[in-house]
Amino acid sequence: MTGPSRSVDGPETPMTAVATESAVVLCCGSGGVGKTTTAAVIALEAARAGRRAVVVTIDPAKRLADALGLGELTNTPTLIEGPWPGELSALMLDTESTFNGLVARYSGSTEQAEKILSNRFYRNISGALSGTQEYMATEKLYELSSEGDFDLIVVDTPPTRNALDFLEAPGHLARFLSHPLYRIVTAPTRGIVKAVNLAAQPLLRGVAKVVGGEVIADAIAFFTAFDGMEEGFKQRALLVEQLLADDSTSFVLVASPRRDTVAEAAYFAQRLGDMGLTVRAVVVNRIHPLFWRGDDDELTACAKNAPPDSAFVDHVSNLIDFTEIARSERSHLAPLQELVAPAPLAEVPLLPFEVHDLDNLTALGDHLFGRT
Amino acid sequence: MDPAQFFTAPRVTIVAGKGGVGKTTVAATMALAAAQAGLRALVIEVEGKSGLPALFGQTELDYEEQVLLTVETEAGTGEVRARTLTPDESLVEYLRDHGLKRISKRLAESGALDMVATATPGIKDVLILGKVKQLETAGVADVIIVDAPAAGHAITFLSSAEGLLDAVKVGPIESQAREVRALLTEASRCQVVLVTLPEETPVNELVETAYSLEDRVGIKLGPVVVNGVFPELNGLADDPLEAAADAGVVVSSELSEALAAAASFRLDRQSLQERQLTRLGKELPLNQINLPFVFRSDLGLDSLRDLAGRLAEQIAHFEAVPT
Repeated sequence: MTGPSRSVDGPETPMTAVATESAVVLCCGSGGVGKTTTAAVIALEAARAGRRAVVVTIDPAKRLADALGLGELTNTPTLIEGPWPGELSALMLDTESTFNGLVARYSGSTEQAEKILSNRFYRNISGALSGTQEYMATEKLYELSSEGDFDLIVVDTPPTRNALDFLEAPGHLARFLSHPLYRIVTAPTRGIVKAVNLAAQPLLRGVAKVVGGEVIADAIAFFTAFDGMEEGFKQRALLVEQLLADDSTSFVLVASPRRDTVAEAAYFAQRLGDMGLTVRAVVVNRIHPLFWRGDDDELTACAKNAPPDSAFVDHVSNLIDFTEIARSERSHLAPLQELVAPAPLAEVPLLPFEVHDLDNLTALGDHLFGRT
Repeated sequence: MDPAQFFTAPRVTIVAGKGGVGKTTVAATMALAAAQAGLRALVIEVEGKSGLPALFGQTELDYEEQVLLTVETEAGTGEVRARTLTPDESLVEYLRDHGLKRISKRLAESGALDMVATATPGIKDVLILGKVKQLETAGVADVIIVDAPAAGHAITFLSSAEGLLDAVKVGPIESQAREVRALLTEASRCQVVLVTLPEETPVNELVETAYSLEDRVGIKLGPVVVNGVFPELNGLADDPLEAAADAGVVVSSELSEALAAAASFRLDRQSLQERQLTRLGKELPLNQINLPFVFRSDLGLDSLRDLAGRLAEQIAHFEAVPT
């Protein structure tokens, strides 16, 4: 479902459609490339186009969080006041309480929920199981999506080195919950012959030798308490997967213009393709501006006749340096553009200021959506 | 301080910083600078895929060590070697070395250990750091540089031993955690080098990380490395047209506009950087190493050599630590 939208002044670009037509946008990319900022700018653009938008951030830098009215973890959307016709809200994901909410939802009784929530093994996995943060981000997305209060939900993904973890997270938990050890310790309640349970003992003893018996006792208590809930979790993971594959869901790859992060973005695009998902747009942040579009010879020639220690030589070498990096950055982008075509690739220049208030976000939006 | 002393005083240096600040570049630069001082440096990657080998013109790293570069110096043959460390391989090796080989196979095959490991916070990090400790004790290299996980993960990574000791009271993993804690808290054996960019957000995060590491891990903080600092170009302060006239050169209006735009862009960013560098110095009383911005989007060995030179130069200006 897309809400009413009207375009913000300026030409309608393919990038604009991402903000005005999608129901869900997922910003993916390696760490440090500006995912959170990009997610916020896309949500802001939607609000400016009259839509009700929310941005789900994972770990925003403090000043950006302040700009979005997020003083601390707020697991529910906070409305941000501003001069746009639509609505802009933000929330900062609280992994633990999202997970607790899931447990409460699928437990058969308050008693069962409490048993799980107070188990040490559970408290450890809810914070440390690899992919939990990713999984809870998708879970939060699903929750917001099914509540239907927003036309657009923009999700920032966690800063893992491997951007793919995000997609694999929902399945990861389901697998964890159907782990062989789980089946072993819960075997008696499921009527499996006792031999299986016995066979498990040396195995558990082996683990206990390495980490100590307390950990095992906690684990057994956890799986026993969890019994019967794994189906609910699996169902939920399937629903989340469907939402990610929906046509109104847009994957936006975010990269910086360095060879290695561009390569990673390309790899991610390919993997998405393998999974039957498409990249709707690529955003490349912090590209150096290209100041010189003229002839290289003119640059090198003019410095030749100047005294080597003159201010002019400094000026020329500065322009040569910037021209070189600006060109080499752009040279990495062409193959990526080809790979994701017809999806647009938007270049956002390195700006002479840092982005940490709504005015900065608006200025960044002007670049991203081609209003400059 | 003599660079050779800097790199070996604590033998283990852990390089940490937020994603995108050039942590791997700094790890490589330090290793190269150590090799240029005639030392054998080993870089350890703990997060799988890494850009490190590409900096030395090589492909993928492996659990098996490989030599990325050798340098002939007056002080002997320096080396940059590298390898990865994964928790799974560290664990199997650990169990084998502790007479638990038979169990290790069964545990690994059944996946039981993996699951318990997932649910015991810090166990994987302790296994990796435990292996680092073993390499340090065995003296496999003069310098060991660990490219730590990104950002907040660095704190989790380095406080893993402390956390594990709360949860696990007995067994081989417990003693491993104790040994790791001993390594991390001994200033003569181990230090952390934090990496940042001269920008507001990365500087804030670095300062926060530094204090958390000091409080929660008690690890020695080495110098802070600031990446991507624009070198001074004094001539940029002059108007480009006047500068051209002074140099007796005639430039097109198109060129003079480009020169002016490039100069003002650099000067703007430079003044942003200076503010952050000063603030960093005030908020964090540690030695600061500034590495120059490299005008390339794809670093190679040439750039690395230049960076290593700058690093060694600045280390030489540090006050020597009395031995």
